Amino acid sequence: MLQNKGRPNRLGVAGWLGGGSWGVERYLYTLHRVTGLGLLAYFLMHIGVTTSRAFGPETWERAMGAVSGPLFKVGEYLVFLAFAFHAVNGVRLALVELGIGIGKPIEPVYPYRTSVDVQRPLAIGVMILAAVIAALGGVQFLESFR
Amino acid sequence: MRDQRLWTWHVGAGLVILVFLGLHMAIMHVDAILGVFNRPGSEAIDWANVVTRARSAFFMVTYVVLLGMALFHGLYGLRNILFELNPGDGLKKGLSVLLTVVGVGLFGLGTWAAWASFGLARTL
Amino acid sequence: MAATKALSEVIFRVRRFDPGADAAPRWEEHRLPYTPGMTVLDGLKRLKETVAPGLAWRSSCRMGVCGSCGMFINGRARLACNTQITELGTNVVMVAPLPNFNTIRDLVPDLVQMFDAHQALMPYVIRGDADEMTEPTGEFAQSVHELEQFLQFSYCIRCGCCMAACPTYATDPRYSGPMPLTQAHRYNADTRDDGFATRRTVLAGETGPWRCHFAGECSRVCPKGVDPARAIQLMKRELVLDYLRLRRERCPASVATKPAGIARRDGIPDAPKPTI
Repeated sequence: MLQNKGRPNRLGVAGWLGGGSWGVERYLYTLHRVTGLGLLAYFLMHIGVTTSRAFGPETWERAMGAVSGPLFKVGEYLVFLAFAFHAVNGVRLALVELGIGIGKPIEPVYPYRTSVDVQRPLAIGVMILAAVIAALGGVQFLESFR
Repeated sequence: MRDQRLWTWHVGAGLVILVFLGLHMAIMHVDAILGVFNRPGSEAIDWANVVTRARSAFFMVTYVVLLGMALFHGLYGLRNILFELNPGDGLKKGLSVLLTVVGVGLFGLGTWAAWASFGLARTL
Repeated sequence: MAATKALSEVIFRVRRFDPGADAAPRWEEHRLPYTPGMTVLDGLKRLKETVAPGLAWRSSCRMGVCGSCGMFINGRARLACNTQITELGTNVVMVAPLPNFNTIRDLVPDLVQMFDAHQALMPYVIRGDADEMTEPTGEFAQSVHELEQFLQFSYCIRCGCCMAACPTYATDPRYSGPMPLTQAHRYNADTRDDGFATRRTVLAGETGPWRCHFAGECSRVCPKGVDPARAIQLMKRELVLDYLRLRRERCPASVATKPAGIARRDGIPDAPKPTI
């Protein structure tokens, strides 16, 4: 193995945000990570809060009362938005990362039509579906303020 | 080796979560439109509706499955993100152990809660 | 992207770093008159001829086939010889060394880590019949369809642009990266090869394709259309099927049988004996 030389030049976490090429899928990747972390954080708290149902109605009502303020309702809707995106994009990733929807290997002829281009309609469909689900959840969210 | 297995489970868990969490979200956040899952005029988090779900074996089992799958999926995802930040080998081992302990612990807590509320709801 | 106004001058901002003299890299700005058809490589050569004689970079074929001149040009990994100034849409050209690799000097990246990862994935045909490999009796039978399964990935020129664009490789040096993984799949998909189980010992672990999340940047920047993202996802599929014991095992391609009853025409000499 040859010796590594030179001054380190990694992009680091800035590379997660976009090493300069502004492809849609790069942003979907970043958003998938962000929504995943948000959902995980919410989920860990959610397990704690919903455990209160095992102790009877008073404990449950107290727990629900603690999380019923308008800020919590908005936060819950953000979680719903994160779920809408993460779930539908996750389906896209599950398909694509198992080789479905990315096209067969072809002899490259310029201008190249890569796997990213082949799955682009799927990515757009994902974003539209996520928006539809977000809107459906938005109806109940807005009603809860009435 | 491990990563090949863990990743396959990660994707599989995601698909299971899609079904069960989709159902959960429909009950909690979309039922104002659907009007199928909860009593008319009530909210999903009203005690009466909670009892209806808690006493159902279907909900008890699916909650536990969803809990396990979601904990694995989420904590493995977190582990992936943390490992990509290139910690040292010792820290990697420590993180794996910590995340496993947190996951198993919360799974235990949630399963107990599902079982206990199943029992409690059946007496009401 | 066509320039609406004719370019007369190009402003080059080049990242300079002399390990013997500089504590940290710095930008250096130079102006050059534009000549039609000027590529970034043409500009660098002109700079070296005139105002920056110490400027260092790698280049060779100047026509996009050797993979030497990969650089970070206006925020994107590209080949300098393949990048027309006019396609950048501006007359300010910022040239930096490929990121995610150590910088040896100026625009020269240290690609050793990529080559090590490449070597670790055994990018050569692995077969059990050693005799046939060392003293071949004929060609291996491979159909056009079988060739198409890996041909695209064999066009790789090892320029390193995909590695520079990969978000995972930006933070995680242990990830093999798009190029080595694509080459591993190129051989796994080759029907002449029988090395899937051998490569799996490396691919199933931490350095395998599991840290790829289909950001797709590698395929977008590849100057030869190799589409590393496609190769990596196809490889993941093979590995998942393998874990679930659903992968179809296949025998490696056998030596093609010569058609019977064919005789050589008169006057055609024998091939010389191999010297290697």
